[in-house]
Amino acid sequence: MSSPSIAYSEPQRLGIVRTAAIFRKETKYEFLKLLRNRSFSLAVIAFPIMFYLLFGVTNRDANSNGINMARYLLGGYACFGLIGAALFGIGVGLAGERSMGWLEVKRASPMPPMAYLFAKCMGAIAFGLIIVTALTVLAVTMGGVSLTAVELAKMLGMSIVGSISFASMGFLLALLVPANAAPGIVNLIYLPMSFMSGLWMPLRYLPHWLQRIAPALPMYHLAQLMLRIFGYADNTSVVSHWFGLAGFTMVMLGTSWLVFNRAQQNA
Amino acid sequence: MPATALMRETETAMFSSTTQSQQAIASLANVTKRYGNTLALDGMNLALRPGEVVALLGPNGAGKSTAVRLLLGLIAPTAGMARVFGGDPQTPVTRLRVGAMLQVARIPETLRVREHLDLFRSYYAKPLSVAEIVRIAQLEGIEDAMFSTLSGGQKQRVLFGLAMCGDPDLVFLDEPTVGMDIEARRGLWQQIRTLANRGKTVLLTTHYLEEADALAHRIVVINKGKIVSEGTPAEIKSVSAGRKIRCRTRLTVEFLSALPGVTSVEQSGDDVVVMTPRAEEVVREMLLRDEMLSGLEIASPALEDAFLALTTSR
Repeated sequence: MSSPSIAYSEPQRLGIVRTAAIFRKETKYEFLKLLRNRSFSLAVIAFPIMFYLLFGVTNRDANSNGINMARYLLGGYACFGLIGAALFGIGVGLAGERSMGWLEVKRASPMPPMAYLFAKCMGAIAFGLIIVTALTVLAVTMGGVSLTAVELAKMLGMSIVGSISFASMGFLLALLVPANAAPGIVNLIYLPMSFMSGLWMPLRYLPHWLQRIAPALPMYHLAQLMLRIFGYADNTSVVSHWFGLAGFTMVMLGTSWLVFNRAQQNA
Repeated sequence: MPATALMRETETAMFSSTTQSQQAIASLANVTKRYGNTLALDGMNLALRPGEVVALLGPNGAGKSTAVRLLLGLIAPTAGMARVFGGDPQTPVTRLRVGAMLQVARIPETLRVREHLDLFRSYYAKPLSVAEIVRIAQLEGIEDAMFSTLSGGQKQRVLFGLAMCGDPDLVFLDEPTVGMDIEARRGLWQQIRTLANRGKTVLLTTHYLEEADALAHRIVVINKGKIVSEGTPAEIKSVSAGRKIRCRTRLTVEFLSALPGVTSVEQSGDDVVVMTPRAEEVVREMLLRDEMLSGLEIASPALEDAFLALTTSR
């Protein structure tokens, strides 16, 4: 029988090594969980690949106004794919874990909450990189696209930036959207916004009023930063896109924080 | 069953005399919890003393899970205070010493049992070994199974195993045996008794009244957010209807009704049925007055009856 003197023993310090181990394991199992969940992993990887084969590879020789479609769409579908991984992996995944009570089990355990968020974010980055790598292989082998090592490195770097940025939107959606409606709602946001941000075709081919809306969309700013690597940016300033993306991320994280605290108070 | 029941009651009596004075390891002090307009808990006082198994018993919506979630620091009280190990239940230090088995609709299905255990063990500085958890939670043979392939009872056992990962001093079990077959349920009961024998404190909520009777040192009956009754299983049973005496006797119903402590008398065929919380005195008197008395039976009502009487009448 434990006596009160044992009950109030000195707090156990969470060593840095052990904390790192928790973050690593949380991330590893988040990735495994997503990978084995085929309705997620197949859809999120296969759709951008299918679209790229249909619209990118088949247009390998289409050049207009200095834009090669296979090269342009590599940038566009890279953004499309990594955003999908973030919104479905985190938005839909976390909404499900929240509504099923699993998040509560995790919260009742001594797991550092940041480890959970970190793992979700890393899962999105990992799938983003897988998708971007697969698209690049297709572009180079079948689409006749040539990339320098620097371009490739920049592209992967931008993919990580994009995953982190849209992970914040995934968190907010997970907090706001009921789990059973999450996939539908994410699609309703994701697909039109992809089109309107020029991920599927250059913005200049879209109606003028749509072109004017684009700068209000976060995907547009990510797409412009990505396309700049390939030399296909429009004539807006790079700083405005960085501000656009950073501002969007801050707003998403701030709103998530507010919503989460409100929910805590009402819980 | 009678022999073990007797043993348990003596054990319970001995137990309460040694722990009555000890300081509470976890407590709710005058806690009120409101969700919008619904009152989930209404001025609840609950104290768990080291090493005791307490069952929180009540119908659906009584506030059992709310009490558990408050003690786990998952929600904050509207008024009053929740304390665990002398501190705020939300702090990581407290959580290192607490294990919780909550009601979960689903847990990530594409991980193996062993992987779930591996992850939860990493949260603790001194976790139990995987082999030990597998033994305690009876997970032999399903360690490498994907969670999605498990039966309802097996899933419950995995959740129990996760609660055991940190070898906690305080364990919360929210409806732990839901979906288990009888064999698995008895197995888990045995594990809960083992926890108690090792000095762990357990708070258990349950719908199975038999379960509270079989496991708890103390039962707290709650309804509509308030404590209706509290005591050892034997006390809870005696509070409501007392015991039932059945026999064949020449004594009249009028005479029996007038005996001190008798709450009701009924003629049932040739037999007469007397309800009383003071069965020994009443029987002694009856035997003195009627030497021909025969077919004597004395029964405790099932806890279920006591429970129904407690929660519906007040």
